[in-house]
Amino acid sequence: MMPLFDFPGGIHPPENKAQSSATPIRQAPLPPQLHVALRQGMGNAARPCVAVGDRVAKGQLIASADGRLSAAVHAPTSGVVTAIAPQPFAHPSGLPELAITLDSDGEERWIERQPLHDWPQRSGAEIRDFLAQMGIVGLGGAVFPSHLKLGVSPLETLVINGAECEPYISCDDRLMRERADAICDGIAVTRHALQARQVLIGIEDNKPQAIAAMQAAAAAHGFGVVAVPTKYPSGGAKQLIRILTGKAIPHGVRATEHGVQCFNVATVYAIGRAVLHGEPLISRIVTLTGAVEAAANVEALIGTPLDQLLALARPHRDSHEVVMGGPLMGFTLPDLAAGLTKAGNCLLVKSPALFPPRPQAQACIRCGDCASACPVSLQPMDLFWFAKAKNFDKAQQWQLFDCIECGACSYVCPSQIPLVDYYRFAKSEIWAAERDKNAANLARQRHEFRQFRLQRDKAEKAQRLADKAAQAAARQAASHSAAANVVPADPKQAAIAAAMARAAAQREAAPLPEQHSSGLNDAKQAAIAAAMARAAARKAAADQAKAASGQPPAPPPTSSGLDDAKQAAIAAAMARAAARKAAADDARANQQPDP
Amino acid sequence: MSQLLIAVALMLLLALLLGAILGYASVRFSVKADPLLDKIDAILPQTQCGQCNHPGCRPYAEALAAGSDDINKCPPGGEDGIRKLAELLGVEFKPFGADAPQPKAKAVALIDEATCIGCTLCIQACPVDAILGAARQMHTVIASECTGCELCLAPCPVDCIRMIPPGSELTNWQWRYPTIPIRNVSSGATR
Ligand code: SF4
Ligand code: SF4
Ligand code: SF4
Ligand code: SF4
Repeated sequence: MMPLFDFPGGIHPPENKAQSSATPIRQAPLPPQLHVALRQGMGNAARPCVAVGDRVAKGQLIASADGRLSAAVHAPTSGVVTAIAPQPFAHPSGLPELAITLDSDGEERWIERQPLHDWPQRSGAEIRDFLAQMGIVGLGGAVFPSHLKLGVSPLETLVINGAECEPYISCDDRLMRERADAICDGIAVTRHALQARQVLIGIEDNKPQAIAAMQAAAAAHGFGVVAVPTKYPSGGAKQLIRILTGKAIPHGVRATEHGVQCFNVATVYAIGRAVLHGEPLISRIVTLTGAVEAAANVEALIGTPLDQLLALARPHRDSHEVVMGGPLMGFTLPDLAAGLTKAGNCLLVKSPALFPPRPQAQACIRCGDCASACPVSLQPMDLFWFAKAKNFDKAQQWQLFDCIECGACSYVCPSQIPLVDYYRFAKSEIWAAERDKNAANLARQRHEFRQFRLQRDKAEKAQRLADKAAQAAARQAASHSAAANVVPADPKQAAIAAAMARAAAQREAAPLPEQHSSGLNDAKQAAIAAAMARAAARKAAADQAKAASGQPPAPPPTSSGLDDAKQAAIAAAMARAAARKAAADDARANQQPDP
Repeated sequence: MSQLLIAVALMLLLALLLGAILGYASVRFSVKADPLLDKIDAILPQTQCGQCNHPGCRPYAEALAAGSDDINKCPPGGEDGIRKLAELLGVEFKPFGADAPQPKAKAVALIDEATCIGCTLCIQACPVDAILGAARQMHTVIASECTGCELCLAPCPVDCIRMIPPGSELTNWQWRYPTIPIRNVSSGATR
């Protein structure tokens, strides 16, 4: 018996797992239509690589990962892509997300599966790439792409997380009871990729059947199965690592730096399916529980509409909302038409009878209960105080970002303060401030570059103009000297003009700060004068032509900076635009009935 | 007695030597830019809108560093910005003047591309080069680079630029401040 360690804090909420863990995993029926969201990993949404109307096979890649933290998405069944459009999405915001809608054809026709049979000969990097293509992400809830966790090898300890500490959820429990061998195959692959010296499978001691099944399966592989005391949140990665190895991973440090890596049992099962059977991650096991007639665990395809899944468990009449995840860390689903995501481990139906509404929050009495329940030894009441006062700097100083949002503090608070809501609020405010900061930095850069560009353009223009002037002067001088006796030759004057032009060019090229604010500079003025003169000449010519054809001459040119031709063009354009706008306004007015 | 003199002379020498080193270092390794100026500039939102009556954020930061302007002149920075400036400069917080421009929600410019006549006037006005276009071609705003300064609105001869608030997306979605939901106590009560 190896020694076990303990983590600070923790709570013992009623488990409520028996409702759903009694029956074997059922296969959810094939839905006629699936909404496969493209945002399945932590990072960007995947980029679709099929088009509407395409016929796809089960397991075919339909969207490829876009960026490091993004995950590839595969067709959960065979059928036809009928839409790529925003659909309801399982997220607390209720904002729609781009999803691929697939009409299933009922054939479940697989693509040619290409397992990695020779994985024992493959390197860690090859297995990593393979898993990235298979769209494997952490199924414990964080949906962190699994291949990114396989980067460091060799490793001291591989921890397999079968704790499943959150009340009501039992999908991992059933998985371990029924598919222990397949899980151990997956662990073997993971261990090989990580070159881990030992494997420890941690399971809370409230799941004796799962422990027995895993022990039987793991014996052949030499993995250690450890029963850990039931205490929420022992299933947190850092908490479980602490329990099994005694290593406390500080904030901002990866577990691998301490020679440990942690995978959820469902994730290693998916890794096993991918490597040994060539099946990408297209289904997962979901616990349906809470205020339902028939709580159960079902294996469902990613993208199955959640309301159809829930119907399998027959929710009570008085159920009023559904939570994805457990009662402590889950979030209320804003729309049940959303498709199942890779993160969806549990659908918990709430009814007022089963989950009475939280009494109104009272003022914090600084009892300290939250601090003794916090598994990461924070001071939740101080964090709450800072978050409530929007004093985010201070909250950050008090390690707000160490909070794993486990909800233990909210659970024990005698004043019923929804503490985690405040932490989530504070965290997203801080992230928003970070985004603003980055935007401001970008704007500063662009503004500075613009100022540099204006300065540079001005200098270049002045240079060009001066060059031209010098050339003209030289030409003039040449023609003067050629027609020697017609006009008094004046090479001296030409030389002076050229020198003056050069001097002007030098003056312009040197950046003079006071000129920057003076609006027009000499070169520009000269250019404008030249343009005006040209325009006047053109006009005079036109007037003459008109006069010749018996038409009254146009009024003399106004002395504004813009020449008339240009002004007329702008006026015409403005008139056209105004007409367009008026037409549009009219159309709008006609559409809208009078109030 | 001579011991005392030696000690005094030694200390004096040491003081002179260290003083020389410090003096040299302060000249040799002096920081050119005004660090206060950069700190102020870092707080300002870089909208470059000129509502502070300075031609951009940096000039306002210069005025603040020189103490020649008030800290409550930047509407895009909001009251939060004033608070940060007050803390940095060690002065009292000061709300926005009643008749001065007030902060408003951030928005980005959108050019109605059917109406745009391609006059390039907005390009010349944009302080961060966020508008793309060429003479007599349709123009458009690069939304991710627009600071919402509204400087392009006035020059447009056909008034085809509007400010629109950015849409909500998962990437910029935020948790709301926890509030107590208000419930109707009795539906028959006076409304
Ligand atoms: S448990 Fe609640 S009341 Fe007690 S100190 Fe924490 S926040 Fe305050
Ligand atoms: S939610 Fe955060 S602060 Fe509260 S107990 Fe959990 S880790 Fe600690
Ligand atoms: S008012 Fe506008 S220009 Fe002035 S500091 Fe604020 S954002 Fe910058
Ligand atoms: S596009 Fe308009 S509102 Fe946006 S930064 Fe440029 S000038 Fe300002």
